[in-house]
Amino acid sequence: MSAIALERPRARAVAVRRAVARATLFLLVLAGLWGLWEGYRWLWMREHWSWPFLVDDTSMPHLHKIFAALWAHARPGDVGPRLITILVKAAAFTAKEAAVGFALGAVLGFALGVVLAHFRVLQRGFLPWVVASQTVPILVVAPMVVVWLNPKLPTRFQDWGAVAVIAAYLTFFPVTINTIRGLQSADRRALELMRSYAAGNWRILWKLRVPAALPYIFAALKVSATASVVGAIIGELPSSIQDGLGGQIINYSQYYTTQPTGLWATNVIAAALGISFFLVVLIAERIVVRRAPENVA
Amino acid sequence: MTVVQIKDLTKRFGETTALQGIDLEIEPGEFVSLIGPSGCGKSTLLRIIGDLIEPTSGSSTVNGKPARQARIDRDYGIVFQDAVLYDWRTVAKNIALPLELARWDRRRRAAKVREMVDLVELTGFENHYPWQLSGGMQQRVSIARALSFDPALLLMDEPFGALDEMTRERMNMELLRIWEASGSTVVFVTHSISEAAFLSTRVVVMSPRPGRISGVISIDLPQPRTATTREEPHFFELVTEVREALHLGHDMERTPA
Amino acid sequence: MARLVGRRLTDWLPAVVVLVGMIGLWEGLIRVFNVQAFLLPRPSAIATTFWDTRHELWSAGWFTFQEALGGFALGSGSAILLALVLARWRILGSALMPYAIAANAIPIIAFAPITNTWFSPLNKSSKITIAAVLCFFPVLVNTLRGLTSVNPSALELMDSYAAGQLQIFRRVRIPTALPFIFTGLKVATVLAMIGAVVGEYFGGALNALGVLILTRARVFEFNEAWAGVLLACLLGIALYLAVAALERLTLRWVPSTSE
Repeated sequence: MSAIALERPRARAVAVRRAVARATLFLLVLAGLWGLWEGYRWLWMREHWSWPFLVDDTSMPHLHKIFAALWAHARPGDVGPRLITILVKAAAFTAKEAAVGFALGAVLGFALGVVLAHFRVLQRGFLPWVVASQTVPILVVAPMVVVWLNPKLPTRFQDWGAVAVIAAYLTFFPVTINTIRGLQSADRRALELMRSYAAGNWRILWKLRVPAALPYIFAALKVSATASVVGAIIGELPSSIQDGLGGQIINYSQYYTTQPTGLWATNVIAAALGISFFLVVLIAERIVVRRAPENVA
Repeated sequence: MTVVQIKDLTKRFGETTALQGIDLEIEPGEFVSLIGPSGCGKSTLLRIIGDLIEPTSGSSTVNGKPARQARIDRDYGIVFQDAVLYDWRTVAKNIALPLELARWDRRRRAAKVREMVDLVELTGFENHYPWQLSGGMQQRVSIARALSFDPALLLMDEPFGALDEMTRERMNMELLRIWEASGSTVVFVTHSISEAAFLSTRVVVMSPRPGRISGVISIDLPQPRTATTREEPHFFELVTEVREALHLGHDMERTPA
Repeated sequence: MARLVGRRLTDWLPAVVVLVGMIGLWEGLIRVFNVQAFLLPRPSAIATTFWDTRHELWSAGWFTFQEALGGFALGSGSAILLALVLARWRILGSALMPYAIAANAIPIIAFAPITNTWFSPLNKSSKITIAAVLCFFPVLVNTLRGLTSVNPSALELMDSYAAGQLQIFRRVRIPTALPFIFTGLKVATVLAMIGAVVGEYFGGALNALGVLILTRARVFEFNEAWAGVLLACLLGIALYLAVAALERLTLRWVPSTSE
């Protein structure tokens, strides 16, 4: 009894110590990256090195100036909304496109994976083209997709719906590939066990193959989460859709020579959006996949 | 000179005591089996002899040297339960691995590999990759690899545990033949009573929680042992003796002093 | 030999059938429904344009391909080197791994306009940089995973030989990591091409493939634009297949590298 009573506070102390260590490490890494940036800047500026590129306040602004720009008013003269308000709104718009595209791509990717995993001939026929589809430079195809799709969409989905489709296009690929690999990864003996229960293909799929594939599928979803954000931003760029992060990137890249911090700040928010999408999938994985994490690529 | 000498050895992992008060001496040419239920620390003891794990207290020497020095001098070869062959190397190249590390020149290496391939009877398979071999053949490669640099001591951690009974008995015969031919000393971890009795000159029975030696049984079956050895009455008596020692150790665990 | 060719044929036949079928369907649908050519030209029209403008296309494609190749080599090379360092000093590796994974989740493509201002937009360096950064993280994460996913018994075996770190890397860690590295490299090939083309979207030399596609699309020469898209795909696929072939040559010990 007493041993157990002693254990508990000790376990808590260990947990606290671990959390503190992790937080310290986080701060150390941030400080290290900060130091690298500012150190590089300082050295290259002092020596006037021009390789690989000339460092000045335009090409590499002080990091603190980038974050200060987030809090500053977007337009000169202390009027109007702060930059961060504008960018967060834009990020929310892009997040909507990316989330819908992600859902669409994940469902279609999974369905395609299930079909291809069950029919070898179809897999042989379609898989090479699924791989090849990812080499299409979607950015240059995007405007044509938007022009073609927009008139066909209901008013509610106009503009952003077409971008979601582009995001879905980048999302489905990893899901399809890993669904196939995952479904085929089910243990042969477990399959025989299911056969011994006279379970049909449909039951085997949901009771055995899909659970076995879950770690693979989540590995793909983590890649797809980022891909959907990339797809949404890329889709916005050529579509003259102003409300999202892509629009802001175009906007601030035009002002880069006079106000470089604006574009950097936009990228900070874009990075935050990508990482949040990734983290959401990571948390979902922790909740859904309750067994030992497997080493799946 | 004593090959393995262990004195008052203890190993703790955190709060749990894996091994306590182990004393063991192994003489040249002996074939010693460590047998016991899982959790008795037999694999840990083997790894301490090989300096793959450090003891918490006590000492372990090989050929009169501290375990670390013996490892650096490559005084022993080790065989694991799974063959641990490198997928990217052929049979010949797997056997040559320790020789490459010991910087043998190419010609000497090739000659030794040929000798070892003959010893484990894998002639013709030199250029096969591991996935092309059966489990028994893979384990033979792993034994050849362990013996390739003529170590005085061979450490074996349940090497035939994953094989079927037929293959296992054949491998037992082969191991004895190799042991006689090479003249090395063997420390052999197993949980098969008949395997231990058939192979060994001495069986060390261990019991768990904490891991300790609960009995040592000399196996005085005549050498060389053959397939008929398994059918001799004395073999059954020895098997019974080992089994009873194991159960005794088990009972000791249930009624702590 | 004949059997090998025969197997090859049945392996690839379905893919060829699907390709021919899809192209036929595409051509047929456009002819039957008379879809406006400016959106999706007929495959035959694209193919004709592709052949007619092949010299101009090829010079643009080669220009962009060089950027992609440079970025691929630079990004993958430095990622593998860093992964080796991180795997050698495990504390460093396990401390930094989560950050590498998080960095992998950043839409790096959004940095293309910035690298364009670092160098002159007409310069190849800006596209090489963005392609390199895109390739960097998947290769880093995969290589590190490979270097650290070694069977513990294989390491014990090396310990039993008293092998040093250098030996362990040369003989165990790197061979174990190779399949992982190739997975990362194959992802990187596609990203390198995309990085180069997207970089060009924000401004590039006139004879670059991305610029060519955009300017043609802007003046409604869609046949030319799609021919450019086709070439971009072909170059991406070529780079991918080159790495896949290298993988087959290197990983000869694996029963079958195909999935």
